[in-house]
Amino acid sequence: MSNQAIAALDGVRMPSRRRLLPYVLMTPAVLVTLLIVFLPMIEALVTSLYDFVLSRPRATQFVGFDNYVRLMQDEVFWISLGHTAIWIGLTVPLQMALGLVAAILLNRTFFWRGLARALVIIPWALPSVVIALMWRWIYDSNTGVLNDLLLRLSIIQTAVPWLADPDRALYAIVVTLVWQGFPFFMVMILAGLQGIPKSHYEAASIDGASSWKQFIHITLPGLAGVLITAALLRIIWVANSIDVIYVMTGGGPGYATHTLPLYAFVKARQNLDFGYGSAIAVVFTLLLAGVVALYLARTRKEADR
Amino acid sequence: MKRKEPLWRSLLTTHIPVLAIVFFAIGPYLWMFFTSMTPAQHLSAQGVAVTPLSWSFENYERLLARTSFLTNMGHSLIVALGTVVLGLTVSVTAAYAISRFRFPGRNVLMTQFLVVNMFPVVLLILPLFILMRRLGLLDTHIALILANSTVAIPFSVWMLTSYINAIPRSLDEAAMTDGCSRLAALRRVVLPLALPGIISTGIYIFITAWNEYLYALTLGGRNTRTMTVAIQTLIGEYQIEWGLLSAGGVVGALPAVVLFLFVQRRLVGGLTQGAVKG
Repeated sequence: MSNQAIAALDGVRMPSRRRLLPYVLMTPAVLVTLLIVFLPMIEALVTSLYDFVLSRPRATQFVGFDNYVRLMQDEVFWISLGHTAIWIGLTVPLQMALGLVAAILLNRTFFWRGLARALVIIPWALPSVVIALMWRWIYDSNTGVLNDLLLRLSIIQTAVPWLADPDRALYAIVVTLVWQGFPFFMVMILAGLQGIPKSHYEAASIDGASSWKQFIHITLPGLAGVLITAALLRIIWVANSIDVIYVMTGGGPGYATHTLPLYAFVKARQNLDFGYGSAIAVVFTLLLAGVVALYLARTRKEADR
Repeated sequence: MKRKEPLWRSLLTTHIPVLAIVFFAIGPYLWMFFTSMTPAQHLSAQGVAVTPLSWSFENYERLLARTSFLTNMGHSLIVALGTVVLGLTVSVTAAYAISRFRFPGRNVLMTQFLVVNMFPVVLLILPLFILMRRLGLLDTHIALILANSTVAIPFSVWMLTSYINAIPRSLDEAAMTDGCSRLAALRRVVLPLALPGIISTGIYIFITAWNEYLYALTLGGRNTRTMTVAIQTLIGEYQIEWGLLSAGGVVGALPAVVLFLFVQRRLVGGLTQGAVKG
């Protein structure tokens, strides 16, 4: 019996009290999310229209779109926006590339595959504070292991202050984020690889296709759906994560590692300027909403199938 | 593909590249572990000790004796367990409703939970701070549990729905023809069968809440300082004691890593189900 038919029967046979049951079952979850997500979201929208600094609550007043106008003229806002583009534009594709390589390797059959798979996803499980501190230690300019290794291999001649150099800090953070996030792609892609029929490869190798050709014409097209979904999901997740950057550099040196969400957080936390911070957060959310819409459209399509 | 590859070939195409990736993935954590086993004097004089000969538990002893790290882990435990309990209890019935009923508004509600999961933390953290302050909940475990639930609830609704979907409808229908009510069927038939899924969802919520940092930093304080915030405060004002800090990192991350290894296989199934269908 199809779902619609069951639903229709439910509707005919059940008294209205029964028809309310699904709503009753949904109520606790919906109610709590309304209280802790939607209410605060509205509060953020409202706050962004006020000049509201936590340290002087008496001076709070409605200013309309002043915060947004101020934002457009704020140099740091544009710097942060640029960094956000670099940060997401580098991190997600690199995570995906590394995840793809790892997945293809770990899809082969060898005796310690289970162990290798378990070890490779460890970065995913670590607390971001620990990740940030760990990498600060690795990048440390005096005693960090990275400088030590590169000096010994004579790749560099003098110690590089990875996180203190405004030109390098953002890229150093991207490396850390790639490390943190590639296991997610690996896991998604490994699952995707199971969905490609073995017969396609067998047919191709009978036709004499090289393994590179097989990769381009069978593996990649077979993975396209998974790759797109995973990338959209990851863009949203990476964009939301500010803890690693916050602990690694706090946005510095200067504004060298400021991203939009971090800027909003720093404004509120250090300057206690909640009105302006909320305005930045709202703008960032609107920018991200485009990606979320794409993702939703994809899941909708898959659900309909 | 049954033919046996020569050893040198499988070494070159499989074992060595895989080893490189494994090394890249766990290298930083291993390095932190080495650092934590290096006594402070050795660390400042000769750097990190990579051989067990000069290892000692000095940093761990100092961590437990001189800092309140165990208390902080206790706060993390309370917050994480609270989030698991709240997250799972409100989600189970919702997931059951989404899975078993077709009702007006179902799609909207489902999408709602998906979207909520994608709101930037920054958008929520500022108003949540204002809200908690108004309610006098700052620096309480309840505040942190509620804040963590903003992620935990939508996530577990989504996961539990996929687990319950995998249980054949005919089973709860059979129970109902035998005279069970809907809710009794949920409790006696669906819940026991979904238990493995519920447990792994709970464990994943636990890990996320255990690892959470920004809410704990913003909404917490002296009375609720969690492990993640405590690690950050181990950074001294003038110099960083990397040995002590690494010991904190190793101990703090251990529960999450162990639990994650324990549930990863089942979890991955639930997470990828949506994405792989296409």
